[in-house]
Amino acid sequence: MTSNEPSHPPLSPEAKNYSTRRDFLLQAGIVINTIAAFMIGIPVIGFIFSSLIRNTPRVWVSLGPVSKFPEGETRLAAYKTPHAREVDGATAILTCWVRRLGGDKFRIFAANCTHLGCPVRWFEQSQLFLCPCHGGAFYADGEHAAGPPPRALYEYEYKVENGELMVKGGVLPTLANPA
Amino acid sequence: MNGKPKKLSEKLVDVAMWLERRLHLVKLWETTAGHPIPKSSVSWFYTFGSMTLLCFVIQIVTGIILSLIYVPTAAGAYESLEFLNFQQELGWFMRAMHYWGSNCMVILMALHMTQVFLWGAFKYPRELTWISGIVLLFLTLAMSFSGQVLRFDSDSYWGIGIGAAIMGRIPIIGAQMVNLLLGGPIIGSDTLSRFFALHVFVFPGAILALLSMHLRLVLGKGINENPTPGIQVNRQTYDAEYHKNVQKDGIPFVPNGVAKDVVANGILLVVIVALAAFLGPKGPDIPGDPTQLIAEAKPDYPFLWLLSAAALLPNESEWLYALFFAFPVIASIILIGLPFFAGEGEKSWRRRPVSIIAVVLIYLSVGMLTYAGITGPWSPHMDAWSGTLIKPEFIKGRTPLELQGALVFQNNQCRNCHAIGGDGGHRGPDLTRIGTIQTQPQLVRQIIQGGGNMPAYGKNLSAEQIRALTAFLVSLRPPNSAPAQDSAMPEKPLRTSTEEKAELPKKGHEG
Repeated sequence: MTSNEPSHPPLSPEAKNYSTRRDFLLQAGIVINTIAAFMIGIPVIGFIFSSLIRNTPRVWVSLGPVSKFPEGETRLAAYKTPHAREVDGATAILTCWVRRLGGDKFRIFAANCTHLGCPVRWFEQSQLFLCPCHGGAFYADGEHAAGPPPRALYEYEYKVENGELMVKGGVLPTLANPA
Repeated sequence: MNGKPKKLSEKLVDVAMWLERRLHLVKLWETTAGHPIPKSSVSWFYTFGSMTLLCFVIQIVTGIILSLIYVPTAAGAYESLEFLNFQQELGWFMRAMHYWGSNCMVILMALHMTQVFLWGAFKYPRELTWISGIVLLFLTLAMSFSGQVLRFDSDSYWGIGIGAAIMGRIPIIGAQMVNLLLGGPIIGSDTLSRFFALHVFVFPGAILALLSMHLRLVLGKGINENPTPGIQVNRQTYDAEYHKNVQKDGIPFVPNGVAKDVVANGILLVVIVALAAFLGPKGPDIPGDPTQLIAEAKPDYPFLWLLSAAALLPNESEWLYALFFAFPVIASIILIGLPFFAGEGEKSWRRRPVSIIAVVLIYLSVGMLTYAGITGPWSPHMDAWSGTLIKPEFIKGRTPLELQGALVFQNNQCRNCHAIGGDGGHRGPDLTRIGTIQTQPQLVRQIIQGGGNMPAYGKNLSAEQIRALTAFLVSLRPPNSAPAQDSAMPEKPLRTSTEEKAELPKKGHEG
C-alpha cells in the first residue's frame, strides 16, 4: 500500500520560486490572523473588563421618612440599590446603620466591618457595634473600640429632602472605596 | 472466498485486526496503560495519584448532573440548591458526592504531593511533572473555593465580602480590583456568574489540559522507582540506569502493577459514597442576604487554616495584608524551584531528615490552624447574651447586688466575648475564676477604660450597674478560695510572706 504512494522529489533549484510564493502566503496569513486576533481580542477583553468601563457611582437613595428614626437611637435601614437587576434577588437590598443624633442631624454607618467586611451588628444595651468574625467592636459614634479593625466604621454621606432621609450608597464600601 | 465459511471468532479477529491496522491500538496500549514500570513502584504509597484522578472524575460526573438543576443567579441559586436537597430525586446525594468528592480530592492531592516529595520523585528528570502538579494543586484549590461561592448562602456572600475587603487594600488599583472581583458595585448576580464561569468552564478546562500534560510526562519519563537509600540521582547516568532497570525487571502497569490502585480506588469510592450517604451535602446555610447580619463567613475545610492564619495576624499593621498576596507567590516560588535546587542526590526519605521535618511541620501547622479554624475562638458568640444561661452554681447564694450584676453581665453582651464555666464567647478571658485574679477596683478600671482588646464601657454603664457587675465578678471564684487582693494596697490584715509569694504570679493578669 505504502509503496504505491507517490514520494515527493526533493525541490530542485528552479522550484525555489514556489517557495517564495509560499513564504508570501504564509506572511499574508500571519498578517490576516493578527488583525483578526485583535478584532476578536479587543472586544473580548472589553467585555471581561466591562464592569470597570461601566460607570456605577454612588447614588442618592431614600431610606424613608425621617420620622422612622427615633432620636438618639441607632436603627438598621435597608434600601434597594438602583444599580440592581432582577436576577440580583435579595442581594439588591443593601443595609446601613442610621444613628439619629437629633432633628436633621444623622450619622449613617456602613454595616461592613472595616477589618474584613463582615456585618457589624448594633447592640442597644452596651451601645456597641460588634462584628461576628474576629470580634471587632465600635462605639455608637463609629469609632474603633476593640479588636482587629484598624479604623472607625465607614460613614455614608446623607441629606434630608422633603422629610425623607437620603443616603449616598449603592456601592460595597471597602478601604479603596470607602463610603 | 475459498469455500469454507469463517467461524464467528475468526470474523471478530478480522474486525479487530482491521481496527488495529488503522488505530494502532497495540502500540497505544504499550505506551500507556501497559507501559512498563519498575517493580519497586508497585506500592500502596503510589496509589494517591490515581485516587486523586478518580475524585476528579467523580467531580466531573456529579458536577454535570448538578448543573442540570443549579441556577447561577443571585435570585435563583439558593432556591435551586434547596430544590436539589429536598425535591429533586437523589439531588441531595449528588450534592453530597460533589462536596465530599471535593474534600477528598484536596486531601488526596496533598497526600500524593507529600509522597512524591518524600520519595524524591520531583528530582531529575521529572521536574515538569512536579511543576504541572503544583499548578494542578492551585487549580484544585481554586475549584474548591469557587465551588463554595456557588453555594451562595450567607457564608458565601460574606466570604466574597472578605475577599473584597482584602482586594480593597491593594494600593492605587484597589477599587478597580474590587470591581473586577464583584463584576459591579455590589456583591450580586454578576459576582456569582463569574465564579460560575470559572468553576464550570475555565478551571476544569485548565485542569484537563494540565492533567494531560501531567500524565504524558508520567508516561514519557516513567514512574519513579521506589528509591533505595544511598543511591544518588545523577543527571548523566540516571536515564540510562532507569531504562536498564525497567527493561530488566519492569512489569506492565496494566495488568501486573495495577492491583493496589484498583483496591485503593475501590475503597475510596466506598468511603466517598458512605460520607455522602451518612453526612449528606453541606448547606446551604441561611441565604446570602445583606439584611441578615448573622454571618460567621467560615470557608470549607481546605481553607480553614488560611482563615485561622489571617485571624491570628497581629492587628497593628495594615501592611500584613500584603501576606494574602505574598504568601501564594512565595509558596509557588519555593515549590516550583524545588526540583531545580534539589534536583539531584539522595531520593529516599530515609536519608533526607530536613524533608521529613518540613513535612511534619507543615502538617502540624495546617492541622492546628484547621483545628483553630473549626473552634474559632476569635469569633464572639453573637447570641450568647440572650441564648446562653448562667449556670445555677454561679448565682446560688449570691447577694441581691451580685444578682443584679449577673443581669448586667448578661444583658450588656459581656457574655458574647467572656465565657463563664466554659459557656459563652472565647474572644476575651474566661471569667469563671476572675474573683481570685482581680480585685473590685481593678475590675472597675478595666470595665470603664477597656483596653487589652476590650471596649471601654465608661459611657455606657451607670455607676450602679458597674458596682453591681463588679460585685458579681468578684463573687466568681471556686468555693473556699479567697478573693484577689491588691498587693500594692493591702486593705485586710497583712498576709504571711508565703501567701504573698503564692499571689505574686497572679499580678500578671492585670489589664
